[in-house]
Amino acid sequence: MMAPAAPPPIVEFDRVSKHFGATPAVRAVSFAIQPGEVFALLGPSGCGKTTTLRLLAGFETPDADGGTIRLAGEVVNARRPYERRLGMVFQHYALFPHLSVERNVAFGLEQARRPADEIRRRVRAALELVRLEPDTFGPRRPDALSGGQRQRVALARALVLEPRLLLLDEPLGALDLQLRKEMQLELKRLNRELGITFVVVTHDQAEALVLADRIAVMGGGRLHQVGTPAEVYEQPRTRFVAGFLGEAVVLAGRAAWRPGGLGTVQRADGSAFTVATPAAPPADGEVEVALRPEWLDLVPPGQAPAGENALPATVEDVIYLGETLHVLARLADGSPARVALRNEGRPVPWRRGDAALLVWDPADGQVLVP
Amino acid sequence: MSARRRLLAWATAAPGRAGALLLAPGALVLVALVAIPLLIMAGTSLLERGTYGGVERALSGAAYARALEPLYLRILGRTAAYAVATTALCALVGFPMAWCIARAGRWRGALLFLVVLPFWTSALVRTYAMMFLLRDSGVVNTLLRALGGADRPLHLLYTPGAVLLGLVTTALPFMVLPLYATLERLDPALLEAAEVLGARPWARFARVILPLAAPGLAAGALLVFVPTLGALLVPDLMGGKTMLLGTLVQGQFGPARDWPFGSALSFVMMGLVLLGFLLRRGPGGVAAPAERVP
Amino acid sequence: MSARPVPRSVGALALAGYAALHVPLLVLALFSFNDARWAADWRGGTLRWYAALLERPEIGRALRASVAVGAVASTIATALGTLLALALVRGGLRRARAVEAALWLPVVTPEIVTGVSLVLLFSGLGIELGYGTVIAAHVAFAIPFVTVVVLARLRAMDGALEEAAMSLGADELATFRRVTLPLLAPAVLSAWLLAFVLSVDDFVITFFVAGPGTTTLPLLVYAMARRGVEPVINAVSTLVLAGTVVLLWLALRLTRAPSPPPRA
Repeated sequence: MMAPAAPPPIVEFDRVSKHFGATPAVRAVSFAIQPGEVFALLGPSGCGKTTTLRLLAGFETPDADGGTIRLAGEVVNARRPYERRLGMVFQHYALFPHLSVERNVAFGLEQARRPADEIRRRVRAALELVRLEPDTFGPRRPDALSGGQRQRVALARALVLEPRLLLLDEPLGALDLQLRKEMQLELKRLNRELGITFVVVTHDQAEALVLADRIAVMGGGRLHQVGTPAEVYEQPRTRFVAGFLGEAVVLAGRAAWRPGGLGTVQRADGSAFTVATPAAPPADGEVEVALRPEWLDLVPPGQAPAGENALPATVEDVIYLGETLHVLARLADGSPARVALRNEGRPVPWRRGDAALLVWDPADGQVLVP
Repeated sequence: MSARRRLLAWATAAPGRAGALLLAPGALVLVALVAIPLLIMAGTSLLERGTYGGVERALSGAAYARALEPLYLRILGRTAAYAVATTALCALVGFPMAWCIARAGRWRGALLFLVVLPFWTSALVRTYAMMFLLRDSGVVNTLLRALGGADRPLHLLYTPGAVLLGLVTTALPFMVLPLYATLERLDPALLEAAEVLGARPWARFARVILPLAAPGLAAGALLVFVPTLGALLVPDLMGGKTMLLGTLVQGQFGPARDWPFGSALSFVMMGLVLLGFLLRRGPGGVAAPAERVP
Repeated sequence: MSARPVPRSVGALALAGYAALHVPLLVLALFSFNDARWAADWRGGTLRWYAALLERPEIGRALRASVAVGAVASTIATALGTLLALALVRGGLRRARAVEAALWLPVVTPEIVTGVSLVLLFSGLGIELGYGTVIAAHVAFAIPFVTVVVLARLRAMDGALEEAAMSLGADELATFRRVTLPLLAPAVLSAWLLAFVLSVDDFVITFFVAGPGTTTLPLLVYAMARRGVEPVINAVSTLVLAGTVVLLWLALRLTRAPSPPPRA
């Protein structure tokens, strides 16, 4: 029996590049977005995520030899933004100051010359969808609204046109923490209810983890990894991804691989550890392995559990974070390590200067791509 | 695709094409009415003077030679002296004005408006108003007589002093605005620091304020000096028999009918403008009077 | 700025500056109501000089001519200058800065040089001097001012607004009509008023490019002033002054408006 064919991706970037003058902003980025999902473009400022979004929206065009962008299968490289049928929510909302909330939301419908009663009806529905009472908020001007309310109007304005894709540029950056958490859930609700694909640009990794079905991590104009939140957090592909999403402990050494089994990594100070050989193992040689602090543990010397890796380390500091304790340690070769322990209410067993063993399950180590 | 969309697609296809299209009408007008006339003027200065006015189609350096004659050199020198004096006086009066505006807080907008307002009013009205004040039977003399002063009126009009006053009041906004723009950005903490380090008021001015205000001062000096060289109304209406560059040029296009000579003199002024322009590489820290009204 | 008071000498000089700028105008306005033909002492208030204006048809003609020339020149200059501003801010031009700097050239050029060069242009092309040449000259020197005013407002406008309109289906022309222009309108209007004032008040350039039959108000006042001081000139000047102040105040109010008036 044949498996049902997967629906075609709604967005495809195929080796898309964009230079501003001589400066590269986006370098040969390729990814595909599935219909209905929340897709996040995550990275630090200057990584090219906003440029990627603008390329998708049509406000920038790729370089002449800079790849193809497809929307629902069609190549749209040269198509103007007003012909792409996308909705967009801008970072500072971009509500038209000279129009009321109602006229703002109606803008796209009026542009499409819909009949007046249809416009009225759809505007009402859109405002109700974002939980703004139409009769109260309709006549108001944008400058009489709070940040959160403006955000909702911006959403309503884009969604009323029933676009096939909604682009959001750092949508929650200007909101305070409480409001941000509320809006994160709101956005997820809207995505589920409407079934519209969301593409979100954010620099906040916690936000990406909450909102997204899949995350594209970008740095320096390049796409480092695309995956579900679990995949990019627990199986980071590059050092950049490992470092950007939460804390990472990176161990370097020379690897000798055994296909199908464990590889051994020799470190400069003579110690060694094992790590699961990746499916497509690189050549033997220099390698970096990443670990999350919560996968590591510290035990007194000589008490390494069987089957686990153990590296000698010296405790440098203990940071009390309430729910967790972070122990900062230094390995024999001077490289830093951070161990996250759950606070179990017992007195902290570690003090500065203590000798310890850093232990972890070999299967947890993530081999990084250089 | 509709014709409109096709047109827009074409206009936005290449980077900068839309900009060039929008720029074209205004740029064409400016090239035709500013750039080309200046070139024609430069060319005319090198032609021979026609017998009944106008020009002959013959190259000649006579116009520039004439400019070097002692009579005209005196006029040029006199005009330059007036321009220098005007600039100095504008700096002397304009600096305190800019300083006060920068300290004025709430009244800043109103004080700026009062400085800019005369710039926008008719120069003719302003000059005539000063004539009205300063003439022998004018308001100042009437006031002096009423206060029991001299029997004979003070000859205020048609004197170098009157011309200077007229030139200074015309040029003052051009000095105040750039100075204000620079002084506004002056951090008061710098002065307090200087005071703590032992500097007295004059030292604070000379060693902190003046160096930091220098760019504004330079911009203002340029905006005052060159236009004053070419001033026409004030020397004409208030200067009596004193002939300056402006009235000299005016004459060449009137009864004297020596167009090449008039062009040569104008070209020299234009050369100074371009020199100042290139030295400062555009306005830089200067805010145009037009910008100040909005 | 620190709270220390200004030294007295500085304040005095500043006051002198403001006095020099404004006292002559105030005196002029005051004495336009003076009931004395030759003397400059106060003889009581009267409106007869304003009434006398009505008996001088050449003044009315010159005023109408100035207003007509001003209106036409401002409209053309405002249209061209606005297009220039749009080109510089949104046009994606690589040399935008150089063009903007070049715009300042007409502003810093002495008026006499502009006047001379234009006379040479017109005579060289065989164009007769008249109202047409005056309008052309006024358009030329007003464009940079218009551009600067509109430019300032355009720069203060959030570029995202136009992108938002485009994302909602409005093409460049529709975006301009429905978003850019309404938001730009106060600045455009203000620029028109400023260009109008510049045109009506201009003397030096107009002097050179006006033909024998063309008389604008400043040219007429100049001719009158050359013949000597006359109370009627006071009245005309005061009217011109009052008109200028009102228009300037309007222009100022328009560009201070935080949000444009509501659109239907």
